[in-house]
Amino acid sequence: MLTSKCLRGVVTGYPLAINATIINITEVDYNPEFITRIIPKLDWEVLWRAADSIGHSDGLPQTIEPKFEENNEFLKKVHRVLLEVDIEEGNLVCPESGRRFPISKGIPNMLLTEAEVQ
Amino acid sequence: MARRYLLWFAQEHLDFRHAEMHSIFSMLNIPLKFIENPSINLPYWIVELPSEICAKQIASRSVLLKNCLELWSRAKSEAKLHENLKSSVKNKSGKWIVTNSNNEISESHICPSELLDAVSDPNKTFKVDVETFCKHFTMKQKVEKIENFSYLPLEGAVNLNKPDVTLSYIEFYGVDPNNVPQHPCDLFFGKWIADGQRDLIKFHTLKKREFIGNTSMDAQLSIIMANQAQVAPGDVVLDPFVGSGSLLVSAAHFGGYIWGTDIDFMMLHARTRPTRVGQKVRNKEESIRGNMKQYGIRSQYLDVLVSDFSRPLWRQDLKFDALITDPPYGVREPTEKIGIEKDNYSLSEQHLDNHIPSKVEYGLPHIYSDLLNFAAQHLSIGRRLVCWYPLVRDEYLEEQLPSHPCMQLVGNSEQVLSKMTSRRLLTYQKISDDIPNMPHDPHGAAHNFRDKYFAVGEISRREKKERRAEEIAKTAFYLKAKREECKKE
Ligand SMILES: C[S@@+](CC[C@H](N)C(=O)[O-])C[C@H]1O[C@@H](n2cnc3c(N)ncnc32)[C@H](O)[C@@H]1O
Repeated sequence: MLTSKCLRGVVTGYPLAINATIINITEVDYNPEFITRIIPKLDWEVLWRAADSIGHSDGLPQTIEPKFEENNEFLKKVHRVLLEVDIEEGNLVCPESGRRFPISKGIPNMLLTEAEVQ
Repeated sequence: MARRYLLWFAQEHLDFRHAEMHSIFSMLNIPLKFIENPSINLPYWIVELPSEICAKQIASRSVLLKNCLELWSRAKSEAKLHENLKSSVKNKSGKWIVTNSNNEISESHICPSELLDAVSDPNKTFKVDVETFCKHFTMKQKVEKIENFSYLPLEGAVNLNKPDVTLSYIEFYGVDPNNVPQHPCDLFFGKWIADGQRDLIKFHTLKKREFIGNTSMDAQLSIIMANQAQVAPGDVVLDPFVGSGSLLVSAAHFGGYIWGTDIDFMMLHARTRPTRVGQKVRNKEESIRGNMKQYGIRSQYLDVLVSDFSRPLWRQDLKFDALITDPPYGVREPTEKIGIEKDNYSLSEQHLDNHIPSKVEYGLPHIYSDLLNFAAQHLSIGRRLVCWYPLVRDEYLEEQLPSHPCMQLVGNSEQVLSKMTSRRLLTYQKISDDIPNMPHDPHGAAHNFRDKYFAVGEISRREKKERRAEEIAKTAFYLKAKREECKKE
């Protein structure tokens, strides 16, 4: 889902790298308005690199074109990578410390240990 | 032409009625104009709306609204109601005729005949519903009441099952079943426009939801919260204390794309003890994602993460369209964050993946100031944070509620929980992007609900037992149904 995908673009210690061991593709309803609204919230470059690192950057441009909201093909591809590609199992990896955050059943575990909090 | 509408409400959660309606009107950008001053003891409002579309939009959101009529006549007696309608047949002015306008009750106002024209088309079928509040009538008596309207220009055929137009006649005998007057005290006649969202309560009922926890919010209150938060299609909504995700179900129903976080790994993975009494193991599919699938809104599930709200998680400049949450009160579930009181604590690498860290107390004042600071940082301007706030009733002072210079309190509704305690649904709107860093709530100490809650001795062992018995009764029915389902398979 957008989930782990977008996540990278979203977490601090930023951007997190992704190691995916199981990826699920689930088709879900396409809503171009939502995709158009979410794109400006994303860090596109980070999203692209993340999609690329798990082999799902096919056809995604590395930079956003100015009138992307009129390009339905493009919106559909973003829809796919954000909402349909789910990382079921894997890790998010902090770029600075190399700390791994495990993803299981599509749910990343971002908890730190007691020692890390201190 | 602006028309008058009768909005009829469910007579429950009274303190939430204005808050819910104001949120819906302002979200839809519809001006709220009362024809009569509303009273909380009466289940109706008489308002003017710019168009019928507005009335339908309102009804498509409100869960406290039962239905909405286009009002043709209202009176305090049967004779007057008919007198008005008879005059309306002749009122060709195209406007309501308003006499003695200093009277607060609009009982001698005459609607324009155009409204009645809705039923004068011979090709349109119609029916008349009779509703009486607080008094019962037989079918035969109701038919007699309908016959009194024979002077109306009703040209079409009657169709009771699928009429083109439904007219509605309402007799209201007050709200006290022990003191029912002989004659109705308020009478209304008009054209049915739309029903509110009462049916959604059944559709989203926790009894049939796959994944619930012991702090799941009931469907009706969750829907009110989504309305308070003005969730609209395409909005990105976060619940930072997501638990079983009950608040996100209604947010997604109204078109929100949802995100949740919770500190409890076992909860998000549905590995806690089943909430339903008597259920031994949780179903493999149980999850927030599974619930979204159950309601056909899977495409709006973004993700949930295990994380501690007291730690930063999101990119600084990320903005949400709504925050909806029920933070832990520390009564049914602990308020906590990650930490440990020992020094020199360390953990070996191979333990890291499955490690569930120990937690330290995360006090309520702390939680609410973190929540307001978070909202000030991460909400888009003009958007809302909606959250519950527990209180000992005697000690409630509005000026001691959590506050933040960027967040304006726009809704504050009380739900009484017991003689001593209640919780308030607080709605804050972000009014400024100019964010000072607020250390802690100055009234922090006043808010330690958990200590007070236990200090007033609310949960005695006996009460706990009673509550448990109640839960068993509630779930027994569900389980029986489940068992029967299993047998069938
Ligand atoms: C009142 S419950 C919310 C219930 C939720 N509305 C539902 O539908 O189940 C509060 C939740 O906050 C979580 N919580 C407690 N401390 C937390 C923290 N520091 N960070 C994130 N979540 C926390 C608890 O695990 C619990 O699930």
